[in-house]
Amino acid sequence: MTEASQNAEIQVPVTVLTGYLGAGKTTLLNRILSENHGKRYAVVVNEFGEIGIDNDLIVESDEEIYEMNNGCVCCTVRGDLIRVVEGLMKRPGQFDGILVETTGLANPAPVAQTFFMDEDVRAKSRLDAVVTVADALNLLKRLDDAPEAEEQIAFADVVLLNKIDLVTAEQLAAVERRIREINPHATIHRTERSAVDLDKVLDRGAFDLERILSLDPEFLEADEHDHDHDHDHHHHDHDHDHDHDHHHHDHDHHHHHPRHDNAVFSISLKGGTLDPQKFFPWIQEVTQVEGPNILRLKGILAMDRDPDRYVLQGVHMIIEGTHQRPWRDDEKRESRLVFIGRKLNEEAIRKSFEACLVKAA
Amino acid sequence: MPSIQSFPLGAFVVAATFLGDRPVFALGDGKVGIVDGAAAETFGVHQGGLLAAARDEAGKRLVTSGDDGRVMAIDATGSLTALAERPKKWIDQLAVGPNGTIAFAGGREAVVLLEGGKERVLPHERTVAGLAFAPKGLRLAVARYNGVSLWWPGTDAKPTEFEWKGSHIGVTWSPDGRFVVTSMQENALHGWRTSDGGGHMRMSGYPGKVKTLSWSTRGRFLATSGAEMAVLWPFHFKEGPMGKQPLQLGVSAQSVVTQVACHPSEEVVAIGYKDGSIIAARFADGDEARLRKVEGGPISALAWDTAGIRLAFGTEDGTAGIVDLAG
Repeated sequence: MTEASQNAEIQVPVTVLTGYLGAGKTTLLNRILSENHGKRYAVVVNEFGEIGIDNDLIVESDEEIYEMNNGCVCCTVRGDLIRVVEGLMKRPGQFDGILVETTGLANPAPVAQTFFMDEDVRAKSRLDAVVTVADALNLLKRLDDAPEAEEQIAFADVVLLNKIDLVTAEQLAAVERRIREINPHATIHRTERSAVDLDKVLDRGAFDLERILSLDPEFLEADEHDHDHDHDHHHHDHDHDHDHDHHHHDHDHHHHHPRHDNAVFSISLKGGTLDPQKFFPWIQEVTQVEGPNILRLKGILAMDRDPDRYVLQGVHMIIEGTHQRPWRDDEKRESRLVFIGRKLNEEAIRKSFEACLVKAA
Repeated sequence: MPSIQSFPLGAFVVAATFLGDRPVFALGDGKVGIVDGAAAETFGVHQGGLLAAARDEAGKRLVTSGDDGRVMAIDATGSLTALAERPKKWIDQLAVGPNGTIAFAGGREAVVLLEGGKERVLPHERTVAGLAFAPKGLRLAVARYNGVSLWWPGTDAKPTEFEWKGSHIGVTWSPDGRFVVTSMQENALHGWRTSDGGGHMRMSGYPGKVKTLSWSTRGRFLATSGAEMAVLWPFHFKEGPMGKQPLQLGVSAQSVVTQVACHPSEEVVAIGYKDGSIIAARFADGDEARLRKVEGGPISALAWDTAGIRLAFGTEDGTAGIVDLAG
């Protein structure tokens, strides 16, 4: 085997399950472990106590956050995750994915950063999705009093908005609006008792990144006009209706819900092709200076004179970019970049981003 | 010319060793393979995966631990003994010390099995990430977050704590007992003088994590994996390797070193690479002999027999084998 083919070895998908205390995480976990979906998951739990199933692929772990001595103030990893992945890699093929539960009070940044920082975790596994279980009745309160609850929403690729039977349609709409302010690109599933098709939660693959940033222009157009957010249950899969461009969402959160000073919000940037000579120094600087305030960033970018789509992901000061695949002929070559964080100067970031765009001749 | 005998054992080779005359391989699927002549037989040892293995000093049995929470021992005939159990824990750390004393850990507690079946539990604030017994006397080093703890497990004494910021993921004692060296999450080693916790030897520059540490004969060098070559730090100076250049042997243009094993009596190191190849390199002049060509998965285990004639190896993709230098 050549070195190249070794590098192409299969990466096990890892799903990170977060959610504030009592939101319904354990219910979801028990369903994943007991339902007959034909897949075996290795599961890292906080406590065996409430898990109804026992097998050798379930491990109880103390969530251990380690600071890295690399000069990056916000750089932390989860030591237990590194050890568990290392252990599991000694028996490949015996499971299909890894599920990591975080405690209710956990900030998801360290677990996400582990996938950037640890060479073994990077080589052998990939972060498939962060799934956040949120309690429709209590989420708004939690978001106001617990920074971790905001961070959990900010990091989510999928939000399970649970216990919807306990709230009115108006309350539900308000909760969803607030989730959208923090994280406009997460997929929201409305559930009771964490009942969701597991394929909407597990093994999402690249799909979620795709949908985050390659929005169908038609949806965008439609969205320009219609902004009620109050759709009914039957449409809950069509949550990309909610993705709107920055002018609107800016407007929105000022209108509906005054942000507290430290609130998490997102900045969505859009433009044509970027000048890599300007863009890369810019993104380095932004992440160095604003790193502690940036919870997450994601982008699909069109670089000048580059036939490939450039995909960028980041947590705090760490960013990672890859040439994903060539742009297709039927795709519009445009750049989209989303920052989710606190205390970000939206105006300054937007202007400096736009300065990196290649001006039309 | 060296000859190679290979066995497709079908599971990640966690450790290779010799029990008496027989090459023995601990496998990630919970089994142990024992070679007798031209055939390898496998024995089921753990219910789930096998996470760690260490041979006792006398070379009579291999101690293994797994994610079934068990610590087991197997001898050259395949006969099994259950040594300890911690239900629901993944026992991923293991060390065997003088007189066959065993230490294991899965989480924040290290446990030492003392003579007469007594267990001494050594609690830590953070997870135990590495265990090593001192070469003499019943003393145990525990690698942990922000340093190492040195215990006398035969007594009730509190541990001696050596601090150094960061996550320490492996530990070894120099064979003369003068130094304790850890490997770190940050792709570096850190060493202390055992006598006073001073010395603070910082050995860095590795592109990857250092996963194997092997002392050369008489403890003159500490050989390490984690770079494009085997890096050997000189420890035969009074103050250890500080200010000295390490030996760099077996430089590879295309691959990285995943395993090192120093020869038991000569200044020679066996080096296993990610590309599946193995060489032996001589300290004095850097001369190399190729023992296995580029083939299969990364080398995940290497061990010499006591005579230094045969080298047992294993790979991540489940091949085990023996290189016989006598041909």
